[in-house]
Amino acid sequence: MNMGNEKLLVKDKDVVVPGEVLAQGMNYLPGQGTYRYNDKIIANRLGLLTIEGKVLKTMPLAGRYLPKKNDIIIGRVIDILISGWKLDINSAYPAVLPLKDATFGYIAKGADLTKYFELDDYVVVKITNVTSQNLVDVTCKGQGLHKLKGGRIIKVNTHKVPRIIGKKGSMVSLIKKATGCKIIVGQNGTTWISGEPEMEVVTVNAIKMIEEQAHKSGLTDKVKSYLEKATGKKIEVRIKE
Amino acid sequence: MESRYNKRLDGRGFEETRPIIARAGVINKADGSAMFRIGRTTAYAAVYGPRELHPKHLQDPKKGVLRCNYNMMPFSAEERVRPGPSRRSREISMVTEKALLPVVNLEDYPNAVVDVFIELIETDAGSRCAGICAASIALADAGIIMKDMVAAVSTGVIDHRIVIDLDGEEEHLADLDVADIPIAMIPSTEEITLLQMDGKASKEELFRAIEMVKPVLKRIAEVQRKALKEKYKG
Amino acid sequence: MMNQDLKAHINEALKKGVRLDGRKKEEYRKIEITTGVIATAEGSALVKCGDTEVIAGVKLGIGEPYPDSPDEGVLIVGSELLPLSNPEFETGPPSIDAIEVARVIDRGIREGKTINTKKLCIEKGECVWTVMIDVLPLNYDGNLIDIGGIAALAALKDAKMLEVNDNKVVYGKRTKQSLPIMSMPVPVTILKIGDNLIVDPTEAEEAVLDARLTVSILEDGTLCALQKGGDASLSVKDINEMINLAVKKSQDIRRKIYEAL
Repeated sequence: MNMGNEKLLVKDKDVVVPGEVLAQGMNYLPGQGTYRYNDKIIANRLGLLTIEGKVLKTMPLAGRYLPKKNDIIIGRVIDILISGWKLDINSAYPAVLPLKDATFGYIAKGADLTKYFELDDYVVVKITNVTSQNLVDVTCKGQGLHKLKGGRIIKVNTHKVPRIIGKKGSMVSLIKKATGCKIIVGQNGTTWISGEPEMEVVTVNAIKMIEEQAHKSGLTDKVKSYLEKATGKKIEVRIKE
Repeated sequence: MESRYNKRLDGRGFEETRPIIARAGVINKADGSAMFRIGRTTAYAAVYGPRELHPKHLQDPKKGVLRCNYNMMPFSAEERVRPGPSRRSREISMVTEKALLPVVNLEDYPNAVVDVFIELIETDAGSRCAGICAASIALADAGIIMKDMVAAVSTGVIDHRIVIDLDGEEEHLADLDVADIPIAMIPSTEEITLLQMDGKASKEELFRAIEMVKPVLKRIAEVQRKALKEKYKG
Repeated sequence: MMNQDLKAHINEALKKGVRLDGRKKEEYRKIEITTGVIATAEGSALVKCGDTEVIAGVKLGIGEPYPDSPDEGVLIVGSELLPLSNPEFETGPPSIDAIEVARVIDRGIREGKTINTKKLCIEKGECVWTVMIDVLPLNYDGNLIDIGGIAALAALKDAKMLEVNDNKVVYGKRTKQSLPIMSMPVPVTILKIGDNLIVDPTEAEEAVLDARLTVSILEDGTLCALQKGGDASLSVKDINEMINLAVKKSQDIRRKIYEAL
């Protein structure tokens, strides 16, 4: 077997783009975001390369939200149906919140549905089902699922949400601690922020900073540094080992 | 065959393109965007999607739909261009769509649409090719799954001489025969996704033009990919 | 669709003098003006104001004058809300919003006598210069009338006349002669949200406006055009305050334009 042609042309955490040749030779395996063409492994989307043993795959850096079962997201009521409410979930696909999943209480037939959720209300919901045609069902019954009151909404790229939340929520907790704002980050990128007006602005700026630099390292320090400067307070962070 | 076109009007080499500048992420309201400039032809492209597609009868339950819209700004040509779609712009929209379809994979987006809007802010020949180059970067910038970029440039046959990247002056040469051949290609497979011709050329000349343009298009694809990476640097 | 909850929130923040992006009520976003950006236009300008980016181009031509002004050049302002620039904009003929933008920018330039149209006459009743200005957003995040208006003025200032051969324009042959510009009417739009007045709104702020007033102002403080928009009414006191604020801000904007030229 000719091993002379094995070549890895990129390294872990490189930004790769469609058509870019990542590796040559049959030694490597194409994972998500890559494909094999003859003896080459090629990227098929804009992403951050991760190398897991022999598998080359990419974490997407861009793209709209695709609904996934069990995701907790924030949606906006755009229509009131006979059977429930239709929500815009910042995706190509709207979601439906059926009557039976709106509240733990009982809703009579023919009741005025606007008493529960009105047009333009924002709601934290959980996805219960996604069909093959991407029809989405959600529920508002459950821990942390509720209508949102006050505050403001911003939209972030869905792929940056894990970085904004951080490992075990560490990043979003850092921001909450520094600004005193309540923050809920939907998996679909729709994010709710509520607090003092100036602190909300600091929160938005911190989140935008994470969005722009999600692919870089040292982000936690940069964010902490920005928050301390913007709020004028030092942040005590206890690192749990 | 002998040719009377032995020196290009602007002094370029026969296989030389005009200077190219490409940038990604120039329109932040869009899901993906790019600017592609070649000489004094500048195209902006913005991608919105996947998003809901209306009217419903245009939806495809098996995969997303790609919809391209090419437009020239009124001040982008010597004579003012009347705003609104023309037969020419609609044809270019269609061939642009066909040029990009072979690389994109929209299977994850049934019933949805990926809209690509291309605006030419100034033109000096080669506008549909610049639009395709910009659109390609914008689609990648939007996170769309695509097996490769699509690179495009206008080749020409001027009195039996093959030239790459015809400019406006060459296009309008009055005393020599000019054939304008816009070509788009998938660089990794060398498959052709756009091929048009305006003017006379022999079959041999056409195939020679295609061979000559291949390395140029591969270089253009590198410029496109570099533009995407630049966005994530520093 | 206006979210009443969000509107109340914005109002509360404005009472404390804080806008969604942290600006003060009378604060503009950073404005950058570049001219001579389009090779095929006789005059052009690119204006960035925060995330809003607008391009304006001037095309000159020769044609027949309007019957009621046989010795004056023709001036036309066009605008479109390009779908390229914002997810809310659709393809198709200009929407009423696009038409309003074009007409309000036009009104300011025309009534402010920006161009001495009498100097654009070639042969009375037969042929005159036509000046077509097109103002188009590349990225839309609010305040198109003001930023488009600034771009149009900068493009007019940038424009150079073309050579004429036998009463026909020779495109591509520029002279060193500028257009006969007599004044610079600066448009300033003031938004009323609750009891608060703000300048240079973003798209999010425009979505919750109660009313707006666009004022076009000349160097000496004379007003030359007005346009009220929005569903709510304005008291006379409101209008007075809005005009005063607009005149005050127009001085900064005018300075910015001159600095760029």
